[in-house]
Amino acid sequence: MIVAENVWFSYPSKVEALKGVSLTINDGEFVAIMGQNGAGKSTFVKHFNGLLKPSRGVVRVDGVETTKSSVAALARNVGFVFQNPDHQLFSETVEEEIAFALKNFGFEKEVIEKRIEWALNLLSLTQYRKTSPFLLSGGERKRVALASVLAWDPQTLILDEPTIGQDHEQKEKLRQFIMQLQTQKKTVVVVTHDVEFVAECNPRVVLMKEGKIVADGVGKEILTDPPLLELSSIVLPQIAQVFTKLSELGLPKDVIDIYEAKNIILKAKESRHR
Amino acid sequence: MALIEIKNLTYTYPGASKPSINDVSLKVEKGEFVLITGPSGCGKTTLCRCFNGLVPHFYQGELKGEISVAGLDTLKHHTYEMAKHVGLVFQNPENQLFALSIEKDVAFGLENNGVDRVEMRRRVDEVLQQTGIYDIRERSPHEISGGQQQRVAIAAVLAMEPEIIVLDEPTSFLDPLSAQKIFEVIFKLNREQGITVILVEHRLDLTAKYTNHLIVMDEGKIRFEGDPRQILSNEETRLIGVGIPKATLLYQMLKKEGLNLNNATPLSSEELADQLLEALKVE
Repeated sequence: MIVAENVWFSYPSKVEALKGVSLTINDGEFVAIMGQNGAGKSTFVKHFNGLLKPSRGVVRVDGVETTKSSVAALARNVGFVFQNPDHQLFSETVEEEIAFALKNFGFEKEVIEKRIEWALNLLSLTQYRKTSPFLLSGGERKRVALASVLAWDPQTLILDEPTIGQDHEQKEKLRQFIMQLQTQKKTVVVVTHDVEFVAECNPRVVLMKEGKIVADGVGKEILTDPPLLELSSIVLPQIAQVFTKLSELGLPKDVIDIYEAKNIILKAKESRHR
Repeated sequence: MALIEIKNLTYTYPGASKPSINDVSLKVEKGEFVLITGPSGCGKTTLCRCFNGLVPHFYQGELKGEISVAGLDTLKHHTYEMAKHVGLVFQNPENQLFALSIEKDVAFGLENNGVDRVEMRRRVDEVLQQTGIYDIRERSPHEISGGQQQRVAIAAVLAMEPEIIVLDEPTSFLDPLSAQKIFEVIFKLNREQGITVILVEHRLDLTAKYTNHLIVMDEGKIRFEGDPRQILSNEETRLIGVGIPKATLLYQMLKKEGLNLNNATPLSSEELADQLLEALKVE
């Protein structure tokens, strides 16, 4: 469980990035943190594994204050995948990249081997096992960064913009994997601008603006609230856009799922025929 | 002759076991807005690097075939010569920013080309405004967010007023509203100034409506090319992993169920909503 209580944070340049943020994330929750560029999203989640420590306020991970623990100790339970993969990749081959943290955490050799194979397979990287991460495409490097964290199986996974550079198939795989983690009661926090991805996953959505939380609720409600989204520099998912424009027909506006959309429209057609 | 002509291009990076681009031929006319998409690792970024000669001059490797851009053979002309005609916005903005302030970064190309001070000031201010970074122009490009860095990279390229702009997922770090605004700026430059645009994107829900020349790549080859309405309604396009816009998908699902919609496949929510309002009208 992650608890943030009245967290304030200023960068050395005196830019106040967080202004009194409080949030509780329970084990097994899937939370998407969304909002404008510069809203403080990445700064906030970097507090969850102690990369940043609050200037004021408290962050507790499983009851332990992050100021009283090291990043290394926190990392075992809270895995963090950066927005820009080039900030975390450094090994000569994809395989070594994935092995690095596993070795550091002292896993047995056989376990390491199995975890590498599992992660490579999960992220469609098996063919690049012996390749340098720097020869891969942007989207593939992003997956290597993800694989290297998933491999040690942390309780909480923090993904900063995981869908950047990913095609539809990879996004769908990521969605399914997150759903699978949910069944194991793992916690997943994503920072993302990808409204279509969020619409497909329908997680709890936390909206941030100028260092504060401005909304917290189910995806379906928040992603279909145009004034709220505009305030956060987010556009409606395409299905919600269609239903906003259909409102003169008396159809519901809070629709983000394509199958639900189909059924509502077919029903509307039928009732007009009678 | 077309503005860009590529004939039977095959290219392999040094040390790679197979080509990243495999027998690609392509023509782009002046003033077109071309959208390139395809699964991750399909060769989109590599193709972008060919337009201004980064491939093969910088990346080396083995290249077969012909590339002509703005009448110049990219194999015979250096990247700095190509840069006057082709502006490239990279996927990762950090790879192209280096100056001490945003403003200086944006002015760099103009200084190099000997543009006079008054004109330089005018152009720099104009593109800083267009991309929404005028107010932070004195900050260092390394202290700002990834999204803001992308705007700086775009501004720096726009300032050069190239004939061709190549953008490789230029808004991936931007929030959706900012991304939409940037695409609008690019579209406007294309419509009003006739600048040829080549845009690489996965997010067709945001961009399909701007183009009538869509290219779908897969495993180093061009799999589909032409009218996006046709290509995006093709089942095979979806199967190779292209993210079909939700409005287009919903249209297909409703048509399959026998809803009477017209035959123009919609590319945006506006287009689909208009069709649905028509179909659901009470007579």
